[in-house]
Amino acid sequence: MTVGDVAREAYREGLPALSASAVGGLLAGVALSGMRAEFEAVAGLLVLVPALLATRGNVYGSLGARIATALHQGLVEPRLRGTDERLRAAVLAALLLGVVASVFSALVAWGALVALGEPRATVLELAVISFLAALLSGAVLAVVVVVVVFGGFRRGFNPDTLVGPIVTTAGDVFGVVFLWLAVQVVLGVL
Amino acid sequence: MATEWTVRAITRATLPILLALTLVAVASGLVLGGFEATLLKYPSLLVLVPVTIGSAGNLGSVLASRLSTAFHLGTLSFGADDTLIGNAVATVALSLTVFPIIGVGAWLLTAAWTGSRLALTTVVLVAVCSGAILAVLAVLVTVTTAYAAYRLQLDPDDVVIPVVTNTCDVLGVLVLFAVVQVLV
Repeated sequence: MTVGDVAREAYREGLPALSASAVGGLLAGVALSGMRAEFEAVAGLLVLVPALLATRGNVYGSLGARIATALHQGLVEPRLRGTDERLRAAVLAALLLGVVASVFSALVAWGALVALGEPRATVLELAVISFLAALLSGAVLAVVVVVVVFGGFRRGFNPDTLVGPIVTTAGDVFGVVFLWLAVQVVLGVL
Repeated sequence: MATEWTVRAITRATLPILLALTLVAVASGLVLGGFEATLLKYPSLLVLVPVTIGSAGNLGSVLASRLSTAFHLGTLSFGADDTLIGNAVATVALSLTVFPIIGVGAWLLTAAWTGSRLALTTVVLVAVCSGAILAVLAVLVTVTTAYAAYRLQLDPDDVVIPVVTNTCDVLGVLVLFAVVQVLV
């Protein structure tokens, strides 16, 4: 293949995923810009945003890749009813990892803001917001990943190519929406 | 997949790298916090934050997975290689296709939602400049990481994609910050 052929093929293959993640990212951005009052109310919240979004991508992207590989190898059946031990363990592990990494990011961010002498909310507020956002968005994302990967596989799509765009799109949108919800809960309760 | 499917095994295999990547993401969050005042003043720039991060990561991860596959198939060599150059060209072309639309989209959505304080051309220019710079950086990061994985004899699938995606995420914030400093 010539350089031109390679470039054209790569462009055609890359465009759908990139467009999907652009749409998801724009929607997440609109939700984020609707949270300006929250960013002013909870100092340091914006610092958490990249870590929260990256954690969604890393944890649920790897869950999706794991399930896709297992489907290819016939280790997991694409059925939701009577789901097996393995799938349940993978989903639980993803939820646990997502929550641990998110709370960790809140603690580190708070520590950094203290060290830099920047304004910040209490460590409890930031940690609880991260915890709730990770748990809620994680539960929804796990369902989305499993349903879409199974559904796609049964309809003959390659689950490997579905996982990336789905996780980035859904992860961005649900990540920001549940971050907003977590802030509402924490500001209402704490 | 070598990892056993238990909560303990998956957690043990993933947690160290996940926490390391989280540290890097918090660092980029601190940069974001550094221009919080500008972002809160101009909502259309805040709209650009997740989409720039996401698209940068996506450009890198698509390129990384294609290069990994080509590498496994033995159709890739480092240097003036058609596969390498073709994929690099495609990455830049993809970025130059998507980022102008992202810029217009961000401006329109902000105008409809809260009212935009920046001109359409400014927002589009910020998006396109960020996208162009990020595409070039994504190519450099991906090729360097893939080459390092090859030299260290690591499986590119395990190493290249997470490293590239997260590096590009961080670069997304840094480049957006730099471009906003210059243009806004």
